[in-house]
Amino acid sequence: MSDTHAQFAFVRSKMLPEAPPPASERGAAKWVRQNFFSSTINTVMTIFVFVVVIQIALTVVPWLANGVWSGSSLSDCREALAGETGACFAVLSERWNQLLFGFQYPSELYWRPLAAFLLLFVAIAPVLFQKYVPSKMLIFTALYPFIAFFLIWGGSLLTPVLALAGFVVGYFVYTKLVAQSFALGFFGGLFAALAFWILSGYLPVEGILAIEPVESREIGGFMLNLILGTVCVSLSIPFGIALALGRQSSMPIIKWICVVFIEFIRGVPLITLLFVANVVLAYFLPPGTNFDLILRVIIMITMFASAYIAEVIRGGLAALPRGQYEAANSLGLDYAQSMRLIILPQALKISIPGIVNVAVGLFKDTTLVSVISMFDLVGMIRGPISSSQEWNGVYWELFLAAGLLFFVTCYGISQYSQWLERELRTDHR
Amino acid sequence: MADTAPQMHVSDEVAISIQRMNKWYGTFHVLRDIDLTVYAGERIVIAGPSGSGKSTLIRCINALEEHQKGKIVVDGTLLSSDLKNIDKIRSEVGMVFQHFNLFPHLTILENCTLAPIWVRKTPKREAEETAMHFLEKVKIPDQANKYPGQLSGGQQQRVAIARSLCMMPRIMLFDEPTSALDPEMIKEVLDTMVSLAEEGMTMICVTHEMGFARQVANRVIFMDQGQIVEQNEPEEFFNNPKSERTKLFLSQILGH
Ligand SMILES: Nc1ncnc2c1ncn2[C@@H]1O[C@H](COP(=O)(O)OP(=O)(O)OP(=O)(O)O)[C@@H](O)[C@H]1O
Ligand SMILES: [Mg+2]
Repeated sequence: MSDTHAQFAFVRSKMLPEAPPPASERGAAKWVRQNFFSSTINTVMTIFVFVVVIQIALTVVPWLANGVWSGSSLSDCREALAGETGACFAVLSERWNQLLFGFQYPSELYWRPLAAFLLLFVAIAPVLFQKYVPSKMLIFTALYPFIAFFLIWGGSLLTPVLALAGFVVGYFVYTKLVAQSFALGFFGGLFAALAFWILSGYLPVEGILAIEPVESREIGGFMLNLILGTVCVSLSIPFGIALALGRQSSMPIIKWICVVFIEFIRGVPLITLLFVANVVLAYFLPPGTNFDLILRVIIMITMFASAYIAEVIRGGLAALPRGQYEAANSLGLDYAQSMRLIILPQALKISIPGIVNVAVGLFKDTTLVSVISMFDLVGMIRGPISSSQEWNGVYWELFLAAGLLFFVTCYGISQYSQWLERELRTDHR
Repeated sequence: MADTAPQMHVSDEVAISIQRMNKWYGTFHVLRDIDLTVYAGERIVIAGPSGSGKSTLIRCINALEEHQKGKIVVDGTLLSSDLKNIDKIRSEVGMVFQHFNLFPHLTILENCTLAPIWVRKTPKREAEETAMHFLEKVKIPDQANKYPGQLSGGQQQRVAIARSLCMMPRIMLFDEPTSALDPEMIKEVLDTMVSLAEEGMTMICVTHEMGFARQVANRVIFMDQGQIVEQNEPEEFFNNPKSERTKLFLSQILGH
């Protein structure tokens, strides 16, 4: 045995250099062959798909290319096209403002929601790009809701200032009481804020430091979708976290409240909740109270989204190994600290795709408010624009535009989430 | 029922005192009438077959598991359901786990400074200095800015030890710190533990590393079926085991 070994003994003294692959393994020709014509079935499929794509392009391209961009009615478009196929984009150039802002928002005030929209990016930047934006900017993020409210709804500057002051009062009471117990601090703060808001409701603020007010029913178009989407998503994430943690709680009352809430909301279609917001809530309110419809809808959509996000986050929490909780505990971190510093950062990271899924779905679902006769983007198209004499019969162009607006927003959200997932990945070697 | 084992008292100061402690998982009686006194500076090794309750015992000491009967006093503080006491005890008692349990979303340095900053309210700068000091002690200061996922198992376990030490604990608990490691990494972790023992840290280690037990332990405790069956100083324990079960266990892990 050992003899043969000695006979064949061989030690490589120099490593061979890496050689390039043969020509058939390189270049575009190889790529096409491998990906499109590698087998009979593959070849047939390639030809079939090619034909279908050409057919679609042959109908769509002229329709787009011949599109008429000016004119004040559908018949103007037909005249301009003189029998050829072509889109009537004139409806967009004529009614773009209604699609974006609704048909009642005063046109001389368009700059206000536009400013709010631009400031939104400044406000969410420190949240979305934590590492790259100084955290002092978070102060602006905290003030942004009040600024945006003031810009969009107008009225007295004191209204948002008092609303903000309510939060400050609540927080102040919370810090005073939290040393005794968390529950006391939380409910004390909540109660103080509520009391402050109710009392300040009696202040005659109307007209003081005011800009021109706009009523909720005058708000519509894509702006309404954006308002509902942004507010509901940003509210439902903290509520969803609270519900998910509550569902894990060792205190049975808290646990069951969360379970019942989540299961009930998930078992009911959103549209039902919207009808409730529209009609039924009015029965429960004292007569004569004017509880803003947009606010009611925001409450309902937020509840709906919170329940879904809570379940997504619960999945993330369940995916964490028990050792993480134990390590956090064994170092002496208390419940709040271990959640905030150890558990949630990891659970939320796992939950990003699910949360984004809910957020994108929710944003698109805001178009459901058109069913309770609010004039959001879809409501505008189906209502005032399609039923107007000039544009009756124009569908494709309008829904194409609506689709594009939603696509751009949702695609942006999805791209961001993928970037964030890469950014948070720490396990690469 | 007092400790009958001959003890080489390192000091007379009691670090941990466990009296008639019992624990059940549902109806399953995991720990039965455990009596154990650990003196400050003592190094104790707990051995025993799988499922004998070793992990459960040391996890009761820092209240990761709740005991149902009996008394546990750690460093003068009685373990009860009072959360303040539990947090106090946990910050005095460090624990090292079989699977390291580092926080994967934080860097090595952040892993080490987190608890001092949030629990002890140490200023960040100072916490980082302490952390670097202990990372140097476990011989991986150059990895401070990496993430746990980028380290080998042995390195991760040494970071876990440094993370516990950063809280300046009076007592360290080890639950099979080397049994998830490849053989060549076991030594580096044991070396760290030996040097810790030489500095006089009070340690309780659940381990099957009998060489380590011989080298550093003051006392070896043998557990079976939720009870302490035998305890003795290492030489006596290994050369002259008293009970049949200990003999059987020793022949299984030493002989072959
Ligand atoms: N959470 C639990 N619920 C129910 N039974 C448990 C639980 N944890 C452990 N046990 C049981 O308690 C007994 C003691 O477990 P423990 O983990 O303390 O054993 P061990 O001595 O550490 O064993 P090993 O050497 O395998 O780690 C085992 O029989 C185990 O099945
Ligand atoms: Mg164990």
